[in-house]
Amino acid sequence: MSTAENIQSNETQVICQRNDLIANSGICALIDGQQVAVFYLPEEEPPVYAIGNWDPLGKANVLSRGIVGDIQGQLVVASPLYKQHFDLITGQCVEQDEIKVPAYNVELIGEQVILANRNS
Amino acid sequence: MSLINVVVIGNGMVGHHYVDQLAGSGVAAKITVIGAEPRPAYDRVHLSEFFAGRKPEELALTTREHYKKLGVNAHFGDAVVAIDRDAKVVTTEGGRTFRYDKLVMATGSYPFVPPIPGANLSNCLVYRTIDDLGMIQAKSKNAKIGVVVGGGLLGLEAANALQNLGLQTHVVEFAPGLMGVQLDGGGSTMLRRKIEALGVQVHTSKATQTIEETHGKGNTRLVMNFADGETLATDVIVFSAGIRPSDQLAKDCGLEVGPRGGINIDYHCRTSDSDIFAIGECALYGGMIFGLVAPGYRMAEVAVSQLSGEHNSFKGADMSTKLKLLGVDVGSIGDSHGKTDGAISYTFSDEREEVYKRLIVSADGKTALGAVLVGDCSDYDTLLQYYLNGIELPANPEAMILPASEGGAPLLGAAALPATATICSCHNVSKGDIISAIDGGGCSLADVKSCTAASTGCGGCAALLKNVVDDEMAARGMEVNTAICEHFNFTRQELFHIAKVESIKSFEDLIKHHGTGRGCEICKPAVGSILASLWNDYILEEKHVGLQDTNDTFLANMQKNGTYSIVPRIPGGEITPDKLIVLGEVGKKYNLYTKITGGQRIDLFGARVEQLPDIWKELIDAGFETGHAYGKALRTVKSCVGSTWCRYGVQDSVSMAIYVEDRYKGLRSPHKLKSAVSGCTRECAEAQSKDFGVIATEHGWNLYLCGNGGMKPRHADLFATDLDDETLIKYIDRFLMFYVRTADRLQRTSVWLDNLEGGLDYLKEVIIDDKLGICTELEAQMNSIVGTYQCEWKTTIEDPEKLKRFRQFVNSDAADKRVVFVQERGQPRPATEEETDQLLAKSA
Ligand code: SRM
Ligand SMILES: Cc1cc2nc3c(=O)[nH]c(=O)nc-3n(C[C@H](O)[C@H](O)[C@H](O)COP(=O)(O)OP(=O)(O)OC[C@H]3O[C@@H](n4cnc5c(N)ncnc54)[C@H](O)[C@@H]3O)c2cc1C
Ligand code: SF4
Ligand code: FES
Repeated sequence: MSTAENIQSNETQVICQRNDLIANSGICALIDGQQVAVFYLPEEEPPVYAIGNWDPLGKANVLSRGIVGDIQGQLVVASPLYKQHFDLITGQCVEQDEIKVPAYNVELIGEQVILANRNS
Repeated sequence: MSLINVVVIGNGMVGHHYVDQLAGSGVAAKITVIGAEPRPAYDRVHLSEFFAGRKPEELALTTREHYKKLGVNAHFGDAVVAIDRDAKVVTTEGGRTFRYDKLVMATGSYPFVPPIPGANLSNCLVYRTIDDLGMIQAKSKNAKIGVVVGGGLLGLEAANALQNLGLQTHVVEFAPGLMGVQLDGGGSTMLRRKIEALGVQVHTSKATQTIEETHGKGNTRLVMNFADGETLATDVIVFSAGIRPSDQLAKDCGLEVGPRGGINIDYHCRTSDSDIFAIGECALYGGMIFGLVAPGYRMAEVAVSQLSGEHNSFKGADMSTKLKLLGVDVGSIGDSHGKTDGAISYTFSDEREEVYKRLIVSADGKTALGAVLVGDCSDYDTLLQYYLNGIELPANPEAMILPASEGGAPLLGAAALPATATICSCHNVSKGDIISAIDGGGCSLADVKSCTAASTGCGGCAALLKNVVDDEMAARGMEVNTAICEHFNFTRQELFHIAKVESIKSFEDLIKHHGTGRGCEICKPAVGSILASLWNDYILEEKHVGLQDTNDTFLANMQKNGTYSIVPRIPGGEITPDKLIVLGEVGKKYNLYTKITGGQRIDLFGARVEQLPDIWKELIDAGFETGHAYGKALRTVKSCVGSTWCRYGVQDSVSMAIYVEDRYKGLRSPHKLKSAVSGCTRECAEAQSKDFGVIATEHGWNLYLCGNGGMKPRHADLFATDLDDETLIKYIDRFLMFYVRTADRLQRTSVWLDNLEGGLDYLKEVIIDDKLGICTELEAQMNSIVGTYQCEWKTTIEDPEKLKRFRQFVNSDAADKRVVFVQERGQPRPATEEETDQLLAKSA
């Protein structure tokens, strides 16, 4: 799939402001041509998470529009199309071992949402 | 067969239980019951729910009609004032006389008001009957401060009520600690800490000497003067300083009473006159008054058995209790003060979490004698079973009360309990009884409840009962768990009741107090729907947004390529040419695929998320509203053209369909709702395949309920015939609200009815005969929802904050490049994956 390449730049960059986020839900940002789903969970530590927006099973850019929650404590988003779960920290699909979406390092610093280097 | 005359004095909980048991026992008796209160028996144990909005009729344990059906001669609002034991006649205040062969005294008890000067002032109240609570509510309307005299179990319940009524609440207790009867010093101190943290001020070791009235400008207040010289000003005082048995009648006719009151009874519940029984809180057995309902019920059954020839005995009762006071869990089992000779106790106290536990064991460490639990009652059921059944304790009994992380004992599995173990003490149901109920065909918790009555009293045994039932069903390979998901151990119906009773308005509150974890895509939308059914807030309120499925969040249905469809409401399928033109123009402008749906309306497909607000603005300006095609809500009400045009039509089905659709639009429900109205029996609108369908007759309307098309079609059942407009709507209101309240998550009305115990007949009783006495409430709730309707799309496009959400990217105006269309039959359709790759490669 051609849409899940690495984000090229290694520098940190500002994605958006805190008030662009939606508490307990997701938004999508376009970064170096990649769609990144950013989730804001104000009660959690850390409060922001980012994974790719492309749903490899539903084959559409929709993960930012899923419902977030947990499975036995593991933070996940459920795809709005066919409801498979993706781990917010690793991008791993819970239902299918061989499916994984990219995960990104994001941080909330002051009012800014910052994207750091890609997770390994 | 000659009937014996049985007269029962008092129609409280125990008096009622006696009547009910006797009527069902087969004893040839003519039963008369005389109650001083103006209404038939009600659930005093749950009295406080009156303040949470439970109506007197919902607290009722019986009705006049029910008594009539049983052949019981019942008189309410009249008290017995004299018993003539020689003539065997009782006389009432109202001058009626009744002859008896056997007399049963179930006069209960009354609140003790200490003889303090001023205690009879008009704002000094008590807490025992529905009328008392009505009075407290009335007097609290303009009050700011409330004082409860008495820090026992009932006093704290009263304090909770005052606090919920918005009063600044104080508890004044004569003794040095709260709930001295049930708790030890440590437990009592912890309880006080927790209660004070909730804003209730506690004053212990305080003796009230006088109460005076002061008159300010336009208001009258009370001042309490204490023995230590301090004073406390208040508006309302509720006395809850203990109860006293109502034994005056017994004394007057020379029956034996105890030195501190209470009618003496033997183990057959007979008083000193062998033709007179006493049961419940007026009775004294073994020097003890049993101030709980379970022992009272037991006495009632024992007294009935004397007439049926079974001659069972009353053997005293366990007074262990578990309850939530002001939101604090408190439990007390057996010898909570450790007074038994040689008793050893283990204490666990965690001041950070505010938990206190004490376990009292026998000298040899083998059996549990008692326990005190404050702040965490999760061990109560287990400890109670060890205590009641004398189960041998583990070698390290302290593990029973230690937190699990500290090596606490695993919970005593239901499987480990002996068949004789009492599971529900209110109704004396043992584990063996539950097993027989399951063997007898019961296959759900509800079945077991209705067949054994377990857990229908105080409800304290609910968790344990569920464990036993689950365990037994699992052992038989039956499906068990009814929990909605891993985050809530409740069904949707239970969550609905919790949210309603506790006025919970957000998911956060609900999961914090009644669930675990953060929720998921199952419970969040379900709770979102419950909250919407209850409070009808705008669903994109900040606190609700994260709960909604993407369809609800974006107020549109997501399609396979991530775009959305748009379905404006077209009530009854009727649409003007001008509006049709608007739909056509919008479809053309935004390049949308246009289709007539199976529900008599028009769907526009292929809108990108960022286009939705613009499209909806144009539609709303043209007078359209959202069609809720995305919601678990009312969808369409189809119509046929009806009497206006059709030569066979007998009623105006289009007008009715439009009325129905406008009335219920926006109603959130466990699953989608569909309806249709046909103008005659030819049924061109297919009303019999709908959740509620209406078919015109010469005289009015026939109502059909619980039909379904879809995966498993079901014909709707004929529910009522020849209704006038008003009755039709009334029944639909009740039906829908009853469904909304009681159905499971994603359960269509068809499946709901198939699972409803009692089926269609029961549904008729509830909706037509108002068997549950809830119809007024159902109608009121529907009216409030109808009255607070808003078109969610209108609200959304008017709010710039909400519109922020409708962007593909938070940081760019670009469009999603993988949303690509190709043309087919003159309209766009989503490109396949290969088509998309090809097109993207070409344009790159
Ligand atoms: C658009 C439409 C098909 C059409 O082009 O005609 C349609 C489209 C969908 N239906 Fe339907 N149903 C449509 C009429 C029907 C009908 C016919 C009717 O209402 O008279 C039925 C059978 C009647 C019934 O519901 O009893 C119907 C039975 C279902 C079912 C099965 C329900 C069941 O109880 O078995 C589903 C699945 C579900 O809801 O779980 C479903 C689900 C869906 C979903 C929501 C599937 C999905 O998740 O994407 C489709 C949404 C499309 C969209 O984006 O709008 N649709 N669907 C019809 C919209 C009607 C409207 O104006 O609102
Ligand atoms: C707020 C509150 C909470 C409670 N919570 C619990 C709990 O959680 N668990 C528990 O087990 N118990 C609880 N109880 C106690 C429980 O309600 C009583 O144990 C039970 O109601 C006793 O039933 P009874 O029929 O003996 O007396 P009552 O219910 O008091 O009924 C006696 C009836 O007799 C009538 N009567 C009296 N004299 C006459 C007369 N001369 N002629 C005609 N009628 C007369 C009275 O008006 C009254 O209606 C609670 C009580 C209250 C007030
Ligand atoms: S029948 Fe199936 S494919 Fe057709 S609209 Fe309904 S759900 Fe979609
Ligand atoms: S113990 Fe009270 S209902 Fe079962």
